[in-house]
Amino acid sequence: MVTTNPEAPSQETELKIVEDATCTFCGCVCDDIELTVENNHITKAKRACVLGKAWFLNHEVEDRPSCLIDGQPATVEEGYDLAAKILTDGDYPIIYGLSDAPCEAQRKAVGIADWIDGTIDTTTSVCHGPSGMAFQGVGEVTCSLGEVANRGDMIIFWGSNPAESHPRHFTKYSLMPKGMFVPNGRKDRTCVIVDVRKTKSANTADIFLQIKPRKDFEALWTLRALAQNIELDPALVLEETGVELAVFQDLMDRMKACKFGVIFFGMGLTMTRGKHCNSEALLALTRDMNAYTRFVAKPNRGHGNVTGADNVVSWRTGYPFGVNHSRGYPRFNPGEYTTSDTLANREADCGMMIACDPMANFSQPAREHLASIPYIALDTKITPTTRAAKVAFSVATYGINTGGTVYRMDDVPIPLRPSCDSPHPSDFEVLSQIEKRVQAIIASR
Amino acid sequence: MSDYIKIAGGTIHDPANDIDGAVRDIWISGGKIVNPPEDPSVKPSRTIDAHGLVVMPGGIDMHCHIAGPKVNVARKMRPEEKRKAEVIERTAITHSGTMGSVPSTFATGYKYAGLGYTTAFDAAIPPLGARHAHEEFDDTPCLDKGFYVLMGNNHYVMRSIQQNEPQKLKAFIAWLLRSAKGFAPKLVNPGGVEVWKHKQAGNVHGLDSEVDHFRVTPRQIVSQVTQAANELGLPHPVHIHCNNLGMPGNWETTLETMKALNGHKGHLTHIQFHSYGGGDGDEDTFNSKVTQLADYVNTHDNITVDVGQVLFGETTSMTGDGPLGYFLSNVYGGKWFSGDTEMEAGCGITPIKYKNKSLVHALQWAIGLEWYLQVEDPWRVVMSTDHPNGGSFLAYPQIIRYLMDRQYRKDVIKTCHPRVKDRCTLGDIEREYTLNEIAIITRAGPARILGLKNKGHLAPGADADITVYTPHENKETMFELPRLVIKDGQIIVDQGDIRHPIQGKTLHIEPEYDTGVEADIQEWFEEFYSIRWRNYPVDASYLHESEVVPGR
Repeated sequence: MVTTNPEAPSQETELKIVEDATCTFCGCVCDDIELTVENNHITKAKRACVLGKAWFLNHEVEDRPSCLIDGQPATVEEGYDLAAKILTDGDYPIIYGLSDAPCEAQRKAVGIADWIDGTIDTTTSVCHGPSGMAFQGVGEVTCSLGEVANRGDMIIFWGSNPAESHPRHFTKYSLMPKGMFVPNGRKDRTCVIVDVRKTKSANTADIFLQIKPRKDFEALWTLRALAQNIELDPALVLEETGVELAVFQDLMDRMKACKFGVIFFGMGLTMTRGKHCNSEALLALTRDMNAYTRFVAKPNRGHGNVTGADNVVSWRTGYPFGVNHSRGYPRFNPGEYTTSDTLANREADCGMMIACDPMANFSQPAREHLASIPYIALDTKITPTTRAAKVAFSVATYGINTGGTVYRMDDVPIPLRPSCDSPHPSDFEVLSQIEKRVQAIIASR
Repeated sequence: MSDYIKIAGGTIHDPANDIDGAVRDIWISGGKIVNPPEDPSVKPSRTIDAHGLVVMPGGIDMHCHIAGPKVNVARKMRPEEKRKAEVIERTAITHSGTMGSVPSTFATGYKYAGLGYTTAFDAAIPPLGARHAHEEFDDTPCLDKGFYVLMGNNHYVMRSIQQNEPQKLKAFIAWLLRSAKGFAPKLVNPGGVEVWKHKQAGNVHGLDSEVDHFRVTPRQIVSQVTQAANELGLPHPVHIHCNNLGMPGNWETTLETMKALNGHKGHLTHIQFHSYGGGDGDEDTFNSKVTQLADYVNTHDNITVDVGQVLFGETTSMTGDGPLGYFLSNVYGGKWFSGDTEMEAGCGITPIKYKNKSLVHALQWAIGLEWYLQVEDPWRVVMSTDHPNGGSFLAYPQIIRYLMDRQYRKDVIKTCHPRVKDRCTLGDIEREYTLNEIAIITRAGPARILGLKNKGHLAPGADADITVYTPHENKETMFELPRLVIKDGQIIVDQGDIRHPIQGKTLHIEPEYDTGVEADIQEWFEEFYSIRWRNYPVDASYLHESEVVPGR
């Protein structure tokens, strides 16, 4: 279900303003952008951050075929047919990516994975997958971002550098807003940054804890112990974490004394030594703090709709990522069914890469294997992954050319307001066409 | 060839039309039940021989949790129960899925249909998550679906009450229901969730506790939302999860809530969880107060209830009642999810297990059954497990057996904690439900309570949602595997096999309201919400197949 916004300008329109457009560049999913569109080209993106401006203003519709087969121009129909054949011929098909596609397209992708007894995985497996696993262990105490804006008086960022990754995070949600119960905005909030280096975000902090690299787990458990008033050896704490026990104690005292504490955490926590154990320690600490005051935690998700991908895969299969259908029903096992593993283990024999670039950022064994199998790629631009694909579709850009739904990092679904046209089909259209053909092949067997 | 289908010679249970076991033919055309063609030469294109079979309208679950933000969180949170659960394999026409206490979307649709249910309502959607619920509905086949919109802790609701602005309150309720494309107003622990959001272990503790900052009481929220919703003429004016769920002694809060309706139409949900005597959190004092509450219900016909039956075994508790989630997570000590939604609502999720040897759990089980058996008018008590809170919807056939077979009930009481018998009246109740009464509490009654004029009955004009059962002495056996399930005139299930997984439609309402209030709502909204006013309402593209249910 991707609809064209009736407000979207037609080709003849010289100048068009699109209000409250949604930026899908990062997990903040700011939906207050005012776009000026001149001759089907975005010339202004009011209220967008530096990353959002780059996203909107650099948007170009490149004059190239919507479909390439073996690098040669082909019709999309030929592409759909061949894609369906590849996916249904394989013994171990994998579908991966999804985090920069709207939910409507994601639903089609999961559907295809089901029809072909394939494996579906998203970029969650290489970012906050460990947080998802930790969540399954301890749960999560969390809230929507408006709660942070309206109530949060102690804001902690752990292994996350929003000043550079989510530039409007501070101003829109976490530090600056004058909220219902924090009427003076920044003055009513204490900002704490915990990281292994002095990031740009650290300049904003009232308190900065620079812990030793790869020691997040130890630092978090130090706080968990202090929350329970357990005595610790100051020398050992300093040696293990690089931070004085007294500093942790001061932080814990402030955490207990605040009214509504929030911990945002990033890949500096989830993808360093300890991985899901780190996330689990942080989520457990947050839960512990609710014995004293209100405290919540929230992963600072990166891609525009990675949160939507988690949701869609979960509601259709019961599991958030890394889901295998080879027995005809969903099974979940991160480390086995996650794409970096199905490729590096040389198990996958065909695949479809949607809005992702594993040929640029996966391990060498995984890249080598991907290059050796027939796969389909969908992207808005030419990437190492599209170049090595058997079938490559150039697709329209979600949020700029196409509508649909995106989930913000706090699971709030937000509609897209497309602003200009694209000659290329949407992900939704391509995946719908492939699904139809896949179903026809399955039915004929 | 006509497009008529005839269900021939079935034994019909259609209590809404006073048909109790008569042998009749039912004619279907265009997805509706119709009169037989006047021209006797017109033959049906298909005749279903239902001689010896029992025919009822399709089942209606008026209170379950099957879609939206918290249901999906529960799916994500509980991989451990899926691998040991029944697997739902893909077929040439159906998707695969997973079970456990919180099935995936497709599995939910197939399993409801497999039980003869054709309509279900999710009971607790925060409006900010409404779009999510609609997306999941689109992936939940075989059912007509709708949801109730959480508003018992909504800031605008509380503000309008505090400022004594009943017209604003009324307009807001209608605006919110339309924005969410929802079906009914839902109050969950009115006022209590807001206190939870800003105070450690915060909650309200009775109808007259004041909600900090807003200076309103739960009683005011219940009374005024109920009055406004009744004045709006909503098909299902208000659906209430009372304060103090699960707490010993909470029956008094429940009784006060009933009184706070002030004679207006109102529905109290999962009433089982709100019918406890005893006090001070002392397990030894825990007992049933169903008799006292059922007496009140029996003498006040503005009140309807659904039960929220507890079944023994493992499940997942999920609730819009944030402080309850915190309480349960401390009781059970397992993983815990809590999610507060700005301006609107809360949410708590934790795995739980009901044990027959636990006095409290066994009493909860018994108290649920007491409710079915002590409300005299079956039109005002509805079958529910509050899926998955008391247990899965898949337990409905078992509950039917409890109600139709007193010996089975008595046998199970014997396996429970020995003191249960002394703390409730269940062991002394001889009443057994008839098939017609089962048809009332599972379809005709909920249809009437929900204001669904085209559902829950088999007269011409009704939706052709029909379940055909093979009679069996063991009613659990009879109800767990319908012979046929027909939805919108199409056979969707044949002896447990999904034949035609149609989409089903979304049921929602569009109440009229004073649009002059919108500017005030917008001003409030823009001050405090984290998304834009224009991006808040759910547009028609999310509805796909849908129907606007008219007001009363």
